[in-house]
Amino acid sequence: MSSIENLKSFDPFADTGDAETQPTNYIHIRIQQRNGRKTLTTVQGVPEEYDLKRILKVLKKDFACNGNIVKDDDLGEVIQLQGDQRLKVMEFLIQQLGLQKKNIKIHGF
Amino acid sequence: MSEDLGFDPSLKKKKKVKGKTDAEGATTPSEENLEEMFSSLKKKKKKTKETDTPEPVDELVDGLEGLKLKKKKKKSTKSSEADDFDKQLEKAGIHADDQSSASTEQLQQSQTQDSLSNSVLAYENLLSRFYSILKEKNPELAGGQHSKLKIPPPEVAREGNKKTMFANVQTIASVLQRNPEHLIQYLFAELGTSGSIDGEKRLIIKGRFQAKNIESVLRRYIQEYVICKTCKSMNTELKRESTNRLHFIVCRACGSTKSVSSIKTGFQAHVGRRKRV
Repeated sequence: MSSIENLKSFDPFADTGDAETQPTNYIHIRIQQRNGRKTLTTVQGVPEEYDLKRILKVLKKDFACNGNIVKDDDLGEVIQLQGDQRLKVMEFLIQQLGLQKKNIKIHGF
Repeated sequence: MSEDLGFDPSLKKKKKVKGKTDAEGATTPSEENLEEMFSSLKKKKKKTKETDTPEPVDELVDGLEGLKLKKKKKKSTKSSEADDFDKQLEKAGIHADDQSSASTEQLQQSQTQDSLSNSVLAYENLLSRFYSILKEKNPELAGGQHSKLKIPPPEVAREGNKKTMFANVQTIASVLQRNPEHLIQYLFAELGTSGSIDGEKRLIIKGRFQAKNIESVLRRYIQEYVICKTCKSMNTELKRESTNRLHFIVCRACGSTKSVSSIKTGFQAHVGRRKRV
């Protein structure tokens, strides 16, 4: 039966490798409450081809806040910013870095 | 429009009924007598009925269409009462036509009248009858509007200085047909905090949150984990496949299944006092 090569040629159920179905590379923007009215914004999952250090520098200047880069064991490098900068960060990621809006997820209240 | 609809069929029916009575009269006098007897009987029945229930309906109809010409017509029919049965038949026909858009009770009355008089088995009447019955038996099929699930607004109160109490998690979870644990896990992951459940099954969340914050998170939870993606129904079930450890939304309305991502807490920044090294 293996002589019938025709049947093997194409598997319709094979993974086509469409980027749309891959849910892995989301960028998560979260907020965390600190003491008092203070909050912390974390940006997780920025693709590695971007230079986080330079991004952070620009973000700090633009939003007039402090921030730093935290290295996490599983999640890679995460940007932390002081205050609620979620919407501003998303805008920046879309406008300046040209990322897709559907790949960015904003969490928190 | 409505006047036209009201007038034309009634006229036709008049003719029909008259023709019928003529034919019956031509056959035999005894039958005619019988007919008259029956008609009187029916009339009496009808009258008693009408005095019992449909009078207010008539008044309502009159009130509704007080500005139209029909009122005059009806009044005249009421006042004269010459060939009562025929006219009542006619009336019934008119009623059925008029009330096609009215409430179901009225419709049913008109239908009983219809069943008494077979001559008004018109398509429109049958159609309206069908829809009224359908509305009664299963309203989801009849109307475009779904019976929307009523989700009670979250009762959120501050407990102490740094904690928030979310009183009705359990009821909301039961309305959404979800495990409260799952909902609480999502809330904690989204709000980036932790908390506990107190003795009265209320949720205590660390941190200060307002009702609108919780509400927006709840809305996102419903979007992601409750609403069926294919038919937008809220009547769904969350099932966990033990073989591949995936969660699936199973819709009870359309039967579709869709996998949903598990809840991930993500990165948690260290907040508070640092550890002494």
